[in-house]
Amino acid sequence: MALKIVKGSIDRMFDKNLQDLVRGIRNHKEDEAKYISTCIDEIKQELKQDNIAVKANAVCKLTYLQMLGYDVSWAAFNIVEVMSSSKFTYKRIGYLAASQCFHESTDVIMLTTNQIRKDLSSPNQYDTGVALTGLSCFVTPDLARDLANDIMTLMSHTKPYIRKKAVLIMYKVFLKYPESLRPAFPRLKEKLEDPDPGVQSAAVNVICELARRNPKNYLSLAPLFFKLMTSSTNNWVLIKIIKLFGALTPLEPRLGKKLIEPLTNLIHSTSAMSLLYECVNTVIAVLISLSSGMPNHSASIQLCVQKLRILIEDSDQNLKYLGLLAMSKILKTHPKSVQSHKDLILQCLDDKDESIRLRALDLLYGMVSKKNLMEIVKKLMLHVDKAEGTTYRDELLTKIIDICSQSNYQYITNFEWYISILVELTRLEGTRHGHLIASQMLDVAIRVKAIRAFAVAQMATLLDNAHLLTGNMQRNGICEVLYAAAWICGEFSEHLENPIQTLEAMLRPKVATLPGHIQAVYVQNAAKLFATVLKGQEGNTDSTAAQETSQLMIDRLPLFVQSANLEVQERASCILQLVKYIQKLQQKDVEVAEEVSALFAGELNPVAPKAQKKVPVPEGLDLDAWINEPPSESESEDEQPKAIFAKEEPKHSRPRHTEVDEKELARRREARKQEQANNPFYIKASPSSQKVYQDTPGVEHIPVVQIDLSVPLKVPGMPMSDQYVKLEEERRQKERAEKKKKEKKKRKEKRSGRGKKQDSGPESEEDITPAHMVDIVTEEMPENALPSDDDDKDPNDPHKALDIDLDKPLADSEKLPVRSHRAAESLKSPAEDGDVESAAIHAPKKKNGKEKREKKKDKDSDRKKSSKHKKKKQKKEKEEKEKKKKKKHHHHHHHSDGGGEESVQNGTVEDEEPLPPMSNYCLLAENSYIKMVCDIQGNLQDGSQVVVSVIFENKCDSFLKSMEFNVLDSLNSKLQRPEGSGPHDGLTVPFQLPPGVSNEARFVFTVQSIVMPQKLKGTLTFIVKNEDSSTHEKLDFKLHFTCTSYLITTPCYSDAFAKLLESGDLKGSSVRLEGVNMPFHHLLARICFHHHFSVVERIDSCASMYSRSIQGHHVCLLVKTSGQTVSIDAKCDEPTLLGNVLDEIKQTFSQC
Amino acid sequence: MMRFLLLFSRQGKLRLQKWFMPMSEREKKKIIRDMTTMVLARQPRTCNFLHWKDLKIIYKRYASLYFCLAVESQENELLALEIIHRYVELLDKYFGNVCELDIIFNFEKAYFILDEFLMGGEIQETSKQIVNRSIEASDMLQEGDNSEWYEVELFG
Repeated sequence: MALKIVKGSIDRMFDKNLQDLVRGIRNHKEDEAKYISTCIDEIKQELKQDNIAVKANAVCKLTYLQMLGYDVSWAAFNIVEVMSSSKFTYKRIGYLAASQCFHESTDVIMLTTNQIRKDLSSPNQYDTGVALTGLSCFVTPDLARDLANDIMTLMSHTKPYIRKKAVLIMYKVFLKYPESLRPAFPRLKEKLEDPDPGVQSAAVNVICELARRNPKNYLSLAPLFFKLMTSSTNNWVLIKIIKLFGALTPLEPRLGKKLIEPLTNLIHSTSAMSLLYECVNTVIAVLISLSSGMPNHSASIQLCVQKLRILIEDSDQNLKYLGLLAMSKILKTHPKSVQSHKDLILQCLDDKDESIRLRALDLLYGMVSKKNLMEIVKKLMLHVDKAEGTTYRDELLTKIIDICSQSNYQYITNFEWYISILVELTRLEGTRHGHLIASQMLDVAIRVKAIRAFAVAQMATLLDNAHLLTGNMQRNGICEVLYAAAWICGEFSEHLENPIQTLEAMLRPKVATLPGHIQAVYVQNAAKLFATVLKGQEGNTDSTAAQETSQLMIDRLPLFVQSANLEVQERASCILQLVKYIQKLQQKDVEVAEEVSALFAGELNPVAPKAQKKVPVPEGLDLDAWINEPPSESESEDEQPKAIFAKEEPKHSRPRHTEVDEKELARRREARKQEQANNPFYIKASPSSQKVYQDTPGVEHIPVVQIDLSVPLKVPGMPMSDQYVKLEEERRQKERAEKKKKEKKKRKEKRSGRGKKQDSGPESEEDITPAHMVDIVTEEMPENALPSDDDDKDPNDPHKALDIDLDKPLADSEKLPVRSHRAAESLKSPAEDGDVESAAIHAPKKKNGKEKREKKKDKDSDRKKSSKHKKKKQKKEKEEKEKKKKKKHHHHHHHSDGGGEESVQNGTVEDEEPLPPMSNYCLLAENSYIKMVCDIQGNLQDGSQVVVSVIFENKCDSFLKSMEFNVLDSLNSKLQRPEGSGPHDGLTVPFQLPPGVSNEARFVFTVQSIVMPQKLKGTLTFIVKNEDSSTHEKLDFKLHFTCTSYLITTPCYSDAFAKLLESGDLKGSSVRLEGVNMPFHHLLARICFHHHFSVVERIDSCASMYSRSIQGHHVCLLVKTSGQTVSIDAKCDEPTLLGNVLDEIKQTFSQC
Repeated sequence: MMRFLLLFSRQGKLRLQKWFMPMSEREKKKIIRDMTTMVLARQPRTCNFLHWKDLKIIYKRYASLYFCLAVESQENELLALEIIHRYVELLDKYFGNVCELDIIFNFEKAYFILDEFLMGGEIQETSKQIVNRSIEASDMLQEGDNSEWYEVELFG
């Protein structure tokens, strides 16, 4: 043995450690992948060894390789092995590896529950810490549910190091298991006043995070936070609290009023930029939430704007950026205060940092008014010309369009100017936003009737010069504007001055190089134009002109008939035939113009994009119902209609080789979507970030067009927007002059000289009247549309589940699952199956480790299933009731179904009446100041330890501090005191109690013999502190260690239980209880709860139960009831212990 | 709340990754790629903040290493910069004038230090002294462990 160990350690000397691996990778730069694959092979060998040190070293190396991007998921089980090492060094590495590699779908996670629980209750705080840290990275809903109670208890741990970690991880637990929020919240709230600043700030962090998502549930905490804010000096904590107030104030404006003063004080006094920035942000949020009736409210705004100006003027780019960002928030509600800093913001457009320029652009969006729109856009157009890099230029382009089109073109006074701006933008090369410009052109032309003639003229020029735009097709998205141009010219062709010229432009051969969807529009609108042209020509006496036009169509259209694009081809051949027919009629001198234009008669109205969604579903219409029943499975494939034109999409074809049917697939897809949607870590694509770009089909088939260099680049006849700026200025001046004249007249009439102020001041917004009688047609909505603004809410926000009212008192059903309540779920140990009759069902016993491991997994997943089952059951209680009644009779024949349906959870069968609430905390002592209740539990890890949890409750109006807990040790039991303290020293309770507050502390006792109950005398001393005085007080108590408190709920399988009884090692004893007047399942539940038993099996009015002492004694009970008599036959390997336990059980029932 | 912290070199080599929310390997790889390209493409003397999806990216370069922290959109950028700086200070204190190689060769230590400072995407301890103390204490524990182990190995 010794030799083997020595050999092992010598081998180990030749193993690579992490440093060797890193060095090796750096030395093998040219064949890194090969080197690493040999390393992985070595690691695989190392993992096969029994030595945990070797394994830990291997796992450490794997963690490094994982970071380099190698898949290490195959080693997940080895990671669990290293996690469960008893040595801190290895445990730490194991947890690190787990936190780096595990995610929700890692299946070994469910094997870790018990290990983590063990580490959480480890006496070494660093073991607990490392487990908490690891858990925070990979907690799953199952882990959260199973460990919630353990973590909650840790929040009151004696060590602040553990408390703060436990508090922080609680947030992750809430996310995964929202039911835990209400039971855990009171304790979390207490931690806001924890004496340790680290724990306090952790609690602030968690509550801020919770409150930010669902602020209304946390309003009641506002006074507490207010107190913290005014007392705390820790900037990290202050920032969080102030941020929290920012979330609360919109719901409670009164809070905002109270906040303004301390916040402005902070703004004046603090030197920390981060705090200043947070304060400014919150003041802005407060001011936004307040109605404008506040008297000194403009002063606060001025202060904020002033401070932000200082940030923006700072040479630090970060501050500049943040200043602009915060400014944009003020802008929304107080545009006037920001607009005075327009110069500064325009200056930022010249900054060399692109993100600052973008922020400045955002601000400009909100700063425009009727008065300055043209000026700002002119500046932006200059930047467009200067801008290098298409991204920024594209950003500028979208911003210009956003700025102009905002709130239904509110700030545009001159649409001729806007159209010319759009036309100018088409000259941008390489932009991806052609479609954006196009949609603006369409929108304006359709909705602003007065501008149509102008727009049509502009579009005609565009079409005429189309070759300029399409010059470099490959990387040009700008040709999209031709789509708009062609449509506008066709639809509003009555405004065209020279329709024939435009018609010709639209039928040029070069058009065939455009993308298909644009060609289609060209063809269709050529037909519209044709109709207009005919109408114009038929009035004339000369009919040849009309016939020539038809001939033009007939000559040019065949080009499009040959198009590869289906849409173009179809439209072209249709129209070609139509024109041929018209030509025939023309030759017979029939007047056709009227009928041809009737084809395109009527006006198109714009429809709001949301209109369809707003149509209410008529009563009785079920949108999910099948119109035609889907074809049944038996139908043969031949009956399906064959596709003629195109191959059917593959999803319609029936899968032949797989057995999964369509429905199943759809269901899975749905489930997956659901899961992704519910998964807070799945990064969802925000709808705005994804833009669909039209692919130009078959780019390679398009001949490269030569740019005609003889044409000057400035398109002749195209308007320059500047020209309109000037015109507009003149117009406005004229208007103003006229107005003045009028006013003068008025004044003369009135003979009053007081109006001077008016004309010297700048013109106000309302003074500017638009150039045209602009009639912006509103978009149509369905008649009975439902007005609703919540179109944009995401129904899948994970934090929705945490929208829980926290002020309601806790119901019993909400208590967290405690370990002792989740015991006997599977009734039979699966490893023993081979021995019993059901060998056929389960695989025979296997011996090697790997198989065992799999079994373990099975067992665990079984447990998981059954616990899921539990939830379902509660919902379907009624349905199940009947089933259960039927099944009950067969109950004992059915063990092998793995503890599914009929498993009895500690004597509680779901369909029986609910249990009364129970608590294990019993009164320890009480006086007028303080009340102590306690619960005593054995320590599973250490056979000689008992943990006493004491809840101290302050009953008086004074502050209780310096509490010391002391117990007179006996020979058998001793209070564990920190090293270095004497045997009679008291333990300091690690917290103080403000009035009305309660808190829990835990004390560990060592016991030698556990067979007898015993009592320890103790004293609690404390100081009662009033405003003016403080007095020493004490409270004596007797701590009663019952034998029950040495028992630990341990699940036991029925077959193991039977073996135990058969073995003959146990000695029996029995007891009879008379006059027990309660349902059997209540009785069982009481024994389970108060005496830490678990139900092994229950058959009608008879049940077997099991428990184990911390020193490993088995205690077996057989409980029978008939009428009001309960008889308990018990067996145990320690008769004294058994006698005492039975006495205690008897006492429990005599009390009720 | 913080989402992840990445450390990478000027060449885009990842030196440390901490994910405060579990994510699949594929997502992680994509994010790492996005972050390194975005951050490395930034011009010098530009601001340290970026927007990416619905997150704010705060990065800072220390010598040859980029520290890149992603926080949710409502978080304070300057605080995030302070967090990065505090972490660098802690590393510096631990390694004594820390350099990239320290983190490469002792990457598990770098994680342990981080785990004492941040947890679950929140700041765990704002006091440098306390963080240092708990790192020291657990290192002591580890050393105790090791010597014990040697004894068992050699004489058990």
